[in-house]
Amino acid sequence: MTPLACYLLVAALMFSIGLAGALTRRNAILVLIGIELMLNAANLNLIAFWRYGPHPEKLTGMIFAIFSIAVAAAEAAVGLGLVIQIHRHAHTTDIDAMDRMKG
Amino acid sequence: MQETISFTPLVAASPITEILWLIPIAPILASGVAALLKQGKRKVSATLAIGSMSFALLLSLIAFAHVAAGWMHGQAVRETVNFTWIQVGAAHVDLGWVLDPLSSVMLVMVSFVGLLIFIYSTGYMKDDENYTRFFCFLSLFAGAMLGVVISNSILLLFMCWELVGLTSYLLIGFWYQKPSAAAAAKKAFLTTRVGDVFFLLGMVWLFSQTGTLLFYNSGAGSMEAGALTGLLAQPAAWGLTAAGAIGLLIFAGAAGKSGQFPLHVWLPDAMEGPTPVSALIHAATMVAAGVYLIARVYPLMAAGMPSGGTTVALTVVTWVGAFTAVFAALIAVAQNDIKRILAYSTVSQLGYMMAGLGMGGVAVGMFHLITHAFFKALLFLGAGSVIHGCHGEQDIRKMGGLKSDMVVTFITYSIGMLALCGFPLAFSGFWSKDGILEAAQHWSVAKAPFYMLVFGALLTAFYMTRQVAYVFFGVWRGGKPAHESPKSMTAPLAILAFFAMALGLIGTPAWPWFHAFLDGRVASFNLMSFTESGLPGLMFSSTVVVLCGLWLSWKIYGDRSPRPTEPDALEKASPMVWGWLRDRLYVDELYGATVIAFYSWWARVADWLDRRVWGGAVAGVAESFALWARLNRFLDTNVVDGGFDTGCSGLSGSGGLLARVQTGRVQTYLRILALGVVALVMILIWSSRP
Amino acid sequence: MSFIFYVLTALTVAGALAAVLLKNTVHCALALSVAFTGMALLFLNLDAQFAGFAQFMVYVGAVAILVVFAILLTKGSETPTGGVFSRTWLMGLVIAAGVFAVLGWAVMGSMKALPQLTAVPQVTVLQIGNALVGRYVLPLEIVAVLLTAAMIGAVIVALHERSEVAKEGQK
Repeated sequence: MTPLACYLLVAALMFSIGLAGALTRRNAILVLIGIELMLNAANLNLIAFWRYGPHPEKLTGMIFAIFSIAVAAAEAAVGLGLVIQIHRHAHTTDIDAMDRMKG
Repeated sequence: MQETISFTPLVAASPITEILWLIPIAPILASGVAALLKQGKRKVSATLAIGSMSFALLLSLIAFAHVAAGWMHGQAVRETVNFTWIQVGAAHVDLGWVLDPLSSVMLVMVSFVGLLIFIYSTGYMKDDENYTRFFCFLSLFAGAMLGVVISNSILLLFMCWELVGLTSYLLIGFWYQKPSAAAAAKKAFLTTRVGDVFFLLGMVWLFSQTGTLLFYNSGAGSMEAGALTGLLAQPAAWGLTAAGAIGLLIFAGAAGKSGQFPLHVWLPDAMEGPTPVSALIHAATMVAAGVYLIARVYPLMAAGMPSGGTTVALTVVTWVGAFTAVFAALIAVAQNDIKRILAYSTVSQLGYMMAGLGMGGVAVGMFHLITHAFFKALLFLGAGSVIHGCHGEQDIRKMGGLKSDMVVTFITYSIGMLALCGFPLAFSGFWSKDGILEAAQHWSVAKAPFYMLVFGALLTAFYMTRQVAYVFFGVWRGGKPAHESPKSMTAPLAILAFFAMALGLIGTPAWPWFHAFLDGRVASFNLMSFTESGLPGLMFSSTVVVLCGLWLSWKIYGDRSPRPTEPDALEKASPMVWGWLRDRLYVDELYGATVIAFYSWWARVADWLDRRVWGGAVAGVAESFALWARLNRFLDTNVVDGGFDTGCSGLSGSGGLLARVQTGRVQTYLRILALGVVALVMILIWSSRP
Repeated sequence: MSFIFYVLTALTVAGALAAVLLKNTVHCALALSVAFTGMALLFLNLDAQFAGFAQFMVYVGAVAILVVFAILLTKGSETPTGGVFSRTWLMGLVIAAGVFAVLGWAVMGSMKALPQLTAVPQVTVLQIGNALVGRYVLPLEIVAVLLTAAMIGAVIVALHERSEVAKEGQK
């Protein structure tokens, strides 16, 4: 078990935990939390590959991870703002109740 | 109507022959005009009828004079005018008319007697409201009868024959409101129709065999030697030649029209018509048409006659005639209606004529026809006068003693009656009947017809005396007293009475002018001919027979005048036989039980067929259509609509099902996303395996 | 693997599990911060100092706080009545497990192809700065635009919030 493999497994585990949270929790904010965890897992993956990749001097993985962090932050801001807005309308954050788009 | 008119120019086609067609056309035109008149225009219609008839008589006399002139110069005149009516390829339908002794004599008789009866009708039908219609029909009849007489084409003869039958129907049923009159008219028409079917068959057969419809056509006609030898050579069924078979078929038609047994049943019932109709149609002319037809086709009937013998056709004619003569005379004895006695007498005398034709040839039969026409018309008109005088009474048991109240009628009626009986020497009936008896006596085949005819003469004298005794002698048994008829009625009676006596002179053996005229021989006045073999004896025996009959009847009936409620003298003697005779020997009943019953059964079968089978079939078709419509509706509602609805609901249902995927919940989408990712990754990994 | 790796991993995973399993939403947010911290330390362990510190500052310092703000603003501190997990939570768990299985299998299956340990890279901030404005200037600008847009979007959402507040005040 190479170190890279370990890191990748950890990242996979994180990703799955985040996914499980996003898929099972009722509160919309917790779905966003799950998404953040997934993003983090992806970042870990990136950094791991950068570290154990053939050309770490190229900084590709690091830069990628940095950009990912920035984007994740922006997305979290917007997402949470939307959740707050929804709460103002529906007086609840229960996503099971938000099925106005039902077909 | 005429596509190609080709006149065959005969050398001797004289002007009178060219205009011969006017003779029947004039009365027919008068009838046509009268048909358009209103019922009120009585004088006009009577004038038209009598005028056209006078015109026809004039032309007939001219024609007769022409033929007689020719005869006197030793020429046998037979002029024809023929033309083609329809041409279909090689076959052509010819019509035409002929002027020869036979037709000229008949023309004069028909038009003369017809004219007298027309004049009589103006008096007799004076009180009838359908006066105009009567004369219209009478003229039509006269025209048709004259057409029968002059016709040279068997087809034209048949057409006029049918027209005569039609007008007879119209005239018998003139008082159609009476159910008995309507039924009698129908009976007459149907019975003669039976005969006419056979006539038509004979006509068609003749045409197909000889190729021509014309009787005389300069050697090519069907009554001329060439065609006859051809017909003789052709065999038909049952040992007959074609000539004999056709002759029998045509005789069947004549038998229907002339009331021979068994087609005589219509004649007595035809007395439902007015008396002038009975006189004209059922005494003088129409019933004589049958005899005339046989005379016209006599060459065919007599074709192949061995010398001294006779042909099968003529034998049949003779036997039927003789039988009818006796049969009808027997029934006449027991009748109580004045006209019915005369009707059966007519049937009997027609039998005499047929027998005369069969045994003695054309001249013998025709002579009796001519004399009979006059004295029978006289008798009928006299009976009409009696009925008129007795205010419509027709039962002889309710008359009596009229000899003093209706003198003219009595005298003329007696003359006619004596002529009919064949009272010797002064009356025409004697000479004509004797001619027939003489021919019967010399008939080679059998002697039975002679004895039958003699017995018939006895019966004739018997029943006529009975009638005269009932009507004119004894006491008046009716209601109101009788009165003499007006001059318009008695004048024709007188004229006819004269001829009833005078006509005998042209046919005596001493001067057989009539026979010579018809046969185209020379006639010489020879008193010594009375001494020819058998002739005095025959004349004597016929005289005895007549006197016997007269005396016997007078003895029984005389001045006795029994009341209507009392039975007749003969009835007292033998009620059973009287009953048979009075009930007309049950011929009508026989027909009713067989033919009529069969037809009503057949009508019921046809009705059942029509209602159940054809009607059922039609209803079945309609039902099948309704069924089809219902099936269509079912299919349409359930299959088409239903299929459509099911499809649509299925679609919307599946749409609904599918729409459930869109839960509107984000987590569901996420899950599906995740599943998709899993699937993709697995595909990726699998595909990139070495 | 070294001991420190397992400790850090345990910390991170524990934090993540707590973040998704706890009933109280605020506790979840706090656990999330722990997970983020663990992640940052893992980055440090991987000699990605800049990334680790950036992770710590951004995530723990901003995102986690933002999450707490949101929770408080949406009254998430109250315990919900219908339960915190959805009715079909098992399905979600199965799917997540499936994803983990696939990823794990991919990793385990490609172990031979994975590269081995290499020398520690010397990464300075200067290098990162140069790379950002040099080689990666385009993504940088795009991210800048993205961040600007996100900020403007948040402001607009906030504006609507204000009108909503006014409407609610009038009722």
